[in-house]
Amino acid sequence: MEVSINGARILHTFENVPLLGSVQITQTLAVSWLIMVIITGLCIWLGSGLKVTNISRKQAVAEMGYNAIVNFVRGNMGPEFDRYIPLVCTIFITSVISNLISLLGIWSPTADLMTELAWALVVFVLITYHKIKASGIVGYLRGFLDPIFILLPINVMSECFTPISMACRHFGNILSGTVISALIYAALTAASNALFGALGSSLVIAVIVTVLGLVPAVIGFRQKKKCLLIPGAVVAILGVLAILTNLGAAYPWLTLGIPAIPSLYFDWFSGCIQAFIFCTLTTLFIKQAAGD
Amino acid sequence: MDFTVLAKGIALAGCAIGAGLALIAGIGPGIGEGNCAARACEVIGRNPECKGDVTSSMILGIALSETTGIYGFVTGLLLIFVAPGMFMNFLG
Repeated sequence: MEVSINGARILHTFENVPLLGSVQITQTLAVSWLIMVIITGLCIWLGSGLKVTNISRKQAVAEMGYNAIVNFVRGNMGPEFDRYIPLVCTIFITSVISNLISLLGIWSPTADLMTELAWALVVFVLITYHKIKASGIVGYLRGFLDPIFILLPINVMSECFTPISMACRHFGNILSGTVISALIYAALTAASNALFGALGSSLVIAVIVTVLGLVPAVIGFRQKKKCLLIPGAVVAILGVLAILTNLGAAYPWLTLGIPAIPSLYFDWFSGCIQAFIFCTLTTLFIKQAAGD
Repeated sequence: MDFTVLAKGIALAGCAIGAGLALIAGIGPGIGEGNCAARACEVIGRNPECKGDVTSSMILGIALSETTGIYGFVTGLLLIFVAPGMFMNFLG
């Protein structure tokens, strides 16, 4: 079983850039540019041809999405924070598309911790700004000594831990999805090679298996009995693939379609939920910082 | 005497044992999320018409409390896949 789990590959290095030294173009950066182009194209397409009455279906979908985001931000933060709606929407859309782009086989930039740390740093700057605006810089520094002044290091650590935990939660979920998908794929490849290697080692065995599967399949089809038809059809398909393997067209057939089932949870559900949670925590922390 | 092989062996053993210990962190979210789901079922049983709200709040709470389990999982992954390479480079 050979699994290859790596970080982001470095695609190109620019040496001797003035002021920065050496600049590296990694896969994360390149795919992030691609996602920026995709989102820009989506926005231009959705925002073209808008009308006041007699709206098209495309405009109805765009308005539905817009209302969902606005109600989400206003529900969490109240209407006086309307200027943060673009920020929350950007983080949400970028996160969802970055998480789901791994379904197309492209390296997802959120599997690199630096992407999430950048978003968390933006949120941390906003939280600190609102805390200073609410109680002044002296009040902000005095807030660290709040219950007892011995708790100063613990308060500082808990303040720094907020953005780090937001980033690591998102990163950990996406990375674990990527790793588990790679492991499932490798395990199915090994199982497929073993199964079709054994079944397809001689043409006689493969043909016998196919016939053994076709007989109950045909009987079940004629008599409309599913309990005969489905196992028979499965064994017949395995037999046909074993014949193909014997004739030279070897391929890990078990990897077609079975990995889609765990990826329903790890890629679709987990990716969308983590984006939603990042945005919820952003709104809640900013509201809490400004409301003190 | 050349202790390089012994040193490499000890480093790899440490990585493996550490990875196993790191995944003990999976106990916490298991107990907590089971608790959360149990109370959600209880509340839905008492008041069946609030099923949608309770379910979405439960999913939000579960995804947040999954955090520490994910921390342990990522530590275990790093110890298995990344740390041996680093240690072998360091020890030659």
